[in-house]
Amino acid sequence: MKLPDPLPFASLRFRIATLFQRSRMNAEMEEELRSHIQHRADDLERSGIGRAQAERRARIEFGGREKYKEECHQAAGGNSIEILLQDVRYSARQLRKSPGFTIAAVLTLALAIGANAVVFAVLNGLFLRPLKVPHGESLYAIQRGNDTYIIQSYPDYIDLRDRNRSFESLAAYTIVQAGLDTGKDPSHVWLYGVSGNYFDALGIQPYAGRFIHSSDEQGPNSAPYIVLTYGYWHSHFQGDRSVIGSVVRLNKHPFTILGVTPPEFHGTLLFFSPDFFVPLVNQQQLVAWADLNARGTRWVFEVLGHLKPGVTPAQAKADLDSVGAYLHQAYPKEDDQASFSLVRPGLHGDFFAPAMRAFLAGLMLLAGLILLAACANLGSLFAARASDRGREVALRLALGSSRIRILRQLLTEAILISLAGGAAGLLGSIALLHRLSGWQPFPQFPMNIPVSPDASVYLVALGLALVSGFLFGIVPVRQVFRTNPYEIVKAGSSARLVRRITVRDILLVAQIAICAVLVTSSLVAVRGLARSMRSKLGFEPKNVLLVDTDLSMAGYTEDRAAAMQRRIVDAVGAIPGVSAVGLVDTPPLHMGWGVSNVFTDQTTDLRPANAAAQAVTYKISPEYFQAARTTLLAGRNLSLHDDKDAPRVAVVNREFAGKILGSATNALGKHYKMPDGTRIEVVGLVEDGKYTANLAEAPQPAMFLPILQFPASETALVLRSNRDPEQLVAAIRRTLRDLDAGLPAFIQTWDEEMNGALFAARTATVSLGILGMMGAMLSITGIFGMAAYSVSKRLRELGIRIALGAKRTEVLQAALGRPVKLLAFGSAAGLVLGVLASQVLASIVYLATPRDPLVLGGVVLAMALLGLLATWIPAQRALSIDPLILLREE
Amino acid sequence: MNDQAQLLPGTLDLLILKAVSLGPLHGYGILLRIGQISGNALLVEQGALYPGLFRLVRQGLLKANWGVSENNRRAKFYELTAAGRRRLREETDSWNRLAAAIATALSQQPEEA
Repeated sequence: MKLPDPLPFASLRFRIATLFQRSRMNAEMEEELRSHIQHRADDLERSGIGRAQAERRARIEFGGREKYKEECHQAAGGNSIEILLQDVRYSARQLRKSPGFTIAAVLTLALAIGANAVVFAVLNGLFLRPLKVPHGESLYAIQRGNDTYIIQSYPDYIDLRDRNRSFESLAAYTIVQAGLDTGKDPSHVWLYGVSGNYFDALGIQPYAGRFIHSSDEQGPNSAPYIVLTYGYWHSHFQGDRSVIGSVVRLNKHPFTILGVTPPEFHGTLLFFSPDFFVPLVNQQQLVAWADLNARGTRWVFEVLGHLKPGVTPAQAKADLDSVGAYLHQAYPKEDDQASFSLVRPGLHGDFFAPAMRAFLAGLMLLAGLILLAACANLGSLFAARASDRGREVALRLALGSSRIRILRQLLTEAILISLAGGAAGLLGSIALLHRLSGWQPFPQFPMNIPVSPDASVYLVALGLALVSGFLFGIVPVRQVFRTNPYEIVKAGSSARLVRRITVRDILLVAQIAICAVLVTSSLVAVRGLARSMRSKLGFEPKNVLLVDTDLSMAGYTEDRAAAMQRRIVDAVGAIPGVSAVGLVDTPPLHMGWGVSNVFTDQTTDLRPANAAAQAVTYKISPEYFQAARTTLLAGRNLSLHDDKDAPRVAVVNREFAGKILGSATNALGKHYKMPDGTRIEVVGLVEDGKYTANLAEAPQPAMFLPILQFPASETALVLRSNRDPEQLVAAIRRTLRDLDAGLPAFIQTWDEEMNGALFAARTATVSLGILGMMGAMLSITGIFGMAAYSVSKRLRELGIRIALGAKRTEVLQAALGRPVKLLAFGSAAGLVLGVLASQVLASIVYLATPRDPLVLGGVVLAMALLGLLATWIPAQRALSIDPLILLREE
Repeated sequence: MNDQAQLLPGTLDLLILKAVSLGPLHGYGILLRIGQISGNALLVEQGALYPGLFRLVRQGLLKANWGVSENNRRAKFYELTAAGRRRLREETDSWNRLAAAIATALSQQPEEA
């Protein structure tokens, strides 16, 4: 006889209205029922009884007024929302009754959901979210497909820009450092060299003043303009609008400040935020290598642009490939047969993105496992609670409550906890992400880690909270459905000994296995990091200061630079406490390094495809090897006589000798060729080392060239001292100022500098360590919960055992045998899985191998300790049972 | 009281619709009307009437207005909506079919085996 609601929406509105008008409805209902009773009483009165008597009888005839009112409410539809509210109130009351359980559950979830939110936010910020520019989703960078190399030469960029038909406008930028002189102290700045169309192609509007446009570019050095970032404008010019139009000096060249970018724009590279922007056409005033005409010299960091509407990435790739074919045909010497691919801008193509993506995906997986472990943990707690409340559930069932209603209430309890945990976790992760966004791990390098949380992070956290609440909430479902009210009420609290494997056992084993995986992988990572710190670097970074200077920042030309560098080496070497000083253009394991193709002496056609190898290139002064403590294995060191007028010479490492010259033993005296045809004689042989910013690199060929023959204006002084190098910093600054007051210098220890190289491994280790610790904490609470529950359930049995004269060990075995067995089983499973999973780690953390007795022993020891810790209190409780008290109470 | 029949589940709604179809009534009046039209043969618990009334209002079959009763008391008067009238017709038809079918079924004489 019930009709479907005619209009669902109207009905919902009606329900909500009834919900909020409950008190008014109550009054109305009350009046209606009273009116009914009055009418009945009138009738009864007419039949001849007194008014008071009549009203009494009418009330009795009517029946349970409250019950009918409740039924009216349900009939009127206030029902489902009201039941929900009732459930929420009831659940909150239940949870308040056991604050320890509630707090533990909320904290567990907060940690697990927080970890997930943080990892997801980083993944989201770096890989999922487009760059924060208008229509960021159609922005692509161009990468040369065959060598996954994203750097282009300037003439190639111009051809790509003008010959493609797929992009609205192709912009380009590169990253340089320069010395800025505003009339006060010279300072070191990081800037983008940008193509004239950069801001217009991205669709960025100036915050103040104006931007650079294509029309400003009229050939080399024609646009001496600066566009400041908002951050730099605020920190260095106090947000003063009058600086727009003023002239400052960059590497001694005058530049005019044109405008300021909006606050939210940090350039187009994630991780790195420049101080300001300068046109690419003026780059050669800042760095010698920024040659606008050399097609073979690739230095334009990234070329990017918006696809035209309707053009697919595949079409754009085909279009670019045809430009590539043209380039190869027109310039066979400089341009290999090139195919192109489109990549996400901001991460420097596929250079380090794949490793990072793999690592973050791995972390996400581990964080997911943590959450699963937490759910398993809470699920078993909930199951334990449900069976403790078996009596209550049975009573409610016996009194006519439906099983669905009871389940609904249990689930409400679970969701309430998971939402509270999710909210707490999200708050924590927001705070953490905020700090991460402002994190500056490298003092000389302005970082921009765009991981501030956005709507998708909130949604993910909410979703995870709901899903996990549901997951651990449904664990006791089977229990409730099996409950037979009469039996439980009859038998009292269930004292049955359950000997078979329960859901709780499986959950606990799964949880411990997951935790053991986490502990294993974090130990593997920590060990790998510790070993890579001790690995052979090919130099000795202890007690060394690096003094970075760039003479071009102080306006030195190439020929004057060499003399100045000699003066600096001599003056700094004379400082008391300095034992050796050498020059190198970029120290090994620095964030940037030079690479050059090299050819065997017999090669005549010097196109890139014919190169014998790519060698890491260092330009050094003769004292470098001594200062860096790189061992010379054979031949002679470079000397001051290896200058412009002498034959070109080099010292190479073993790998170079073996790969290019045939063998290490008779490499001395042999020749090889540079891409420009220069023949170089090998005069010395040094040990292999680590060169690129990654300790996990394979052995690389390296050559050390005399800086007098291959000039470099940007150098690092490698300064070894026999006392605490930090004490020398002031003396070094004084000496440099005496030599040239306009020369900015950046001083740090080599250990600090190495942080860059170790950054990936360290970050990996720290994040794995945190996850491992969370895993350990979860397994402690899981085992503890299980052990404590098993002891409290069997207090009476244990008491009887003690009364009958059981020994302490027997009592312990009876009380804790099962949790300990589960622990051992779970740990073993987790260890095997962890060893398998750790293979992935080896690609990130150098020397990370799970086949390491120390790691395996460490995992076993850690899990045993965790077990001991977690079962300590329950064991104490089991041992301290006084059978007399216990038997008297029951 | 023994001669009064218990209501079949679901039939109360139909009786309410029928009672109200003869003119607007308040709750007690509906009760009296049901007694009157059924010849006092059906037992309706007084309180049980009201959840039914609220349900029918929610379904849009009845509408309710406060007014003054013949006893000069404030009371809530119910009347049929157009949907309620249609509903009453349909339910009456289907009830008659059902009752006829059951009556036919029950009137069959057992066959000798």
